[in-house]
Amino acid sequence: MYKSIGVEAEKTQTINTQLPAHIEVKDLNLWLDNKHILKNINVSIPKHSIISIIGPSGCGKSTLLKTLNRLLDDSAVIQLEGSVLVAGEDIYAKDAEVTTIRKRMGLLSQRPFPLPMSIFDNVAYGPKIHGERNKKILEQIVHEQLVNVGLWNEVKDRLHSSASLLSIGQQQRLCLARGLAVKPEIILGDESTSALDPISTQTIENLLISLKDDYTIVLVTHILRQARRVSDYILFLYDGEVIEFGKTEDILLNPKQELTQKYVKGFIS
Amino acid sequence: MKFRKFKDNLFKSHSILLLCLAIIVFIALFVGLLVKSLPLLQAEKLSDLLLGSIWSPQKEAFGFLPFITGTLWVTGIALVIAVPICIMAAIYLVEYGGNSLRKLVLPLINVLAAIPPVLYGVWGVLMVVPAVGHFIAPVFSVNSTGYSVLSGGIVLAVMIFPIMISVMVEVLKTVPQDLKAASLSLGATKWETITKVILVKARTGLLAAIILGVSRAFGETVAVLMVCGNVPGIPKSLFDAGYPLPALIANNFGEMMSIPLYDSALMFAALWLFIMILAFNIVSRMILKQMEERL
Repeated sequence: MYKSIGVEAEKTQTINTQLPAHIEVKDLNLWLDNKHILKNINVSIPKHSIISIIGPSGCGKSTLLKTLNRLLDDSAVIQLEGSVLVAGEDIYAKDAEVTTIRKRMGLLSQRPFPLPMSIFDNVAYGPKIHGERNKKILEQIVHEQLVNVGLWNEVKDRLHSSASLLSIGQQQRLCLARGLAVKPEIILGDESTSALDPISTQTIENLLISLKDDYTIVLVTHILRQARRVSDYILFLYDGEVIEFGKTEDILLNPKQELTQKYVKGFIS
Repeated sequence: MKFRKFKDNLFKSHSILLLCLAIIVFIALFVGLLVKSLPLLQAEKLSDLLLGSIWSPQKEAFGFLPFITGTLWVTGIALVIAVPICIMAAIYLVEYGGNSLRKLVLPLINVLAAIPPVLYGVWGVLMVVPAVGHFIAPVFSVNSTGYSVLSGGIVLAVMIFPIMISVMVEVLKTVPQDLKAASLSLGATKWETITKVILVKARTGLLAAIILGVSRAFGETVAVLMVCGNVPGIPKSLFDAGYPLPALIANNFGEMMSIPLYDSALMFAALWLFIMILAFNIVSRMILKQMEERL
């Protein structure tokens, strides 16, 4: 068996909360190219809250995030044990339909990657591939989601021009709108503000906070202040292991594990 | 210090000189061909030369239309065959086949590029011509010897595979992983991601690869000459023989001295090939530029 770095934690890191679990990761082990990346992950993420996954670079934060919507399926040679339940359904079950799983989760990546098409088509892309053909409904979805991310007034006169002409902050909001257009339950953010200026960062953070009522949001970040600003819970990952998981203020102010203390105080990074 | 500076300057002036040399070769080629074709251009009207379809040097009838159409037929057929195959092959190598397959296949494809054209010609005569004559033409109820623009196109297609596939693979590799992830994470299938995102994103690069292939196809001589029949008439179907411009020049260069204006006519053929390739490159560059601006 593997050797734990932290103190032997209880098997599943659950938080005492009234909210039901939305995502449950059970005994997850993952190898990429025979390298053990994620080690015995047990986490239960409550519904309609924001969770920040923090930890030094290379600790497996992004990998953990990508296992949640099976984005690693196509890359490299992976070997996976354990299970990930979303609303009680095992997304790694044999009969699980990967496109349906991914549709349930919007992904916001490190840098915005608008699809090579117009602003309108970027937002309409998801609904279209899932079979929506009605022009009226598509227009309605695009309008609704662009308003949702506060982009409508900035782009309403150039909906059909290329999305790559937008500023990088606008592009990131467009990507968020694109993700929301397929009506996901969960939003995954992979250091989604790391390429943005402070004002755009703030806009995205405020957006995420406002979306919390309808979505469960999992963020990967290496900025502790951002984790403090936006998240309800923090998960500290170190060398592929969950060291500590708890309410934001507990983790940042009263960490129980020595490693967490060191990380929060900046002794390791 | 002085010496280092001198070396620096020397290199700069050297580079300019070499650049000028390249440009001079280009201009000299054009001017040389033009001067040599002048006798013919003075004797005949340009429109008669380009649109005339009768080729009979002994009677001083120089109609180039059969050769121009022959070139276009062969290149067009090669393109129709090669482009879809190369795009699919490149997609498979980049998106489905892993790294190890790519490392195995790409060098093999590059070996194809190193095979001398005459071998392709021999392969065409031994395999493609009989196949076209005995198997493909009968399907369309056509009588054909097999020496046809179709055979030329097939051989040419195979010859431009390597350059097109290797450039396309490089182009497709530049599409960011995160862009694919963006499409996949919306619930798109891999195929939807390829057709709606990857190919669209890579379209300028893919077009550039096609341009490279076509430029090569335009000028290819020996292999095509061996399989396409070399009859100076305008090909009306895939199974008709054709006579592309490069083949005309190569076939007749030895005997041109005995007939008046013949040498000038062959130089004009070369000049016209030069202009066609130049025009094709300029137009495709303009299209590329427009596409890039729209992205």
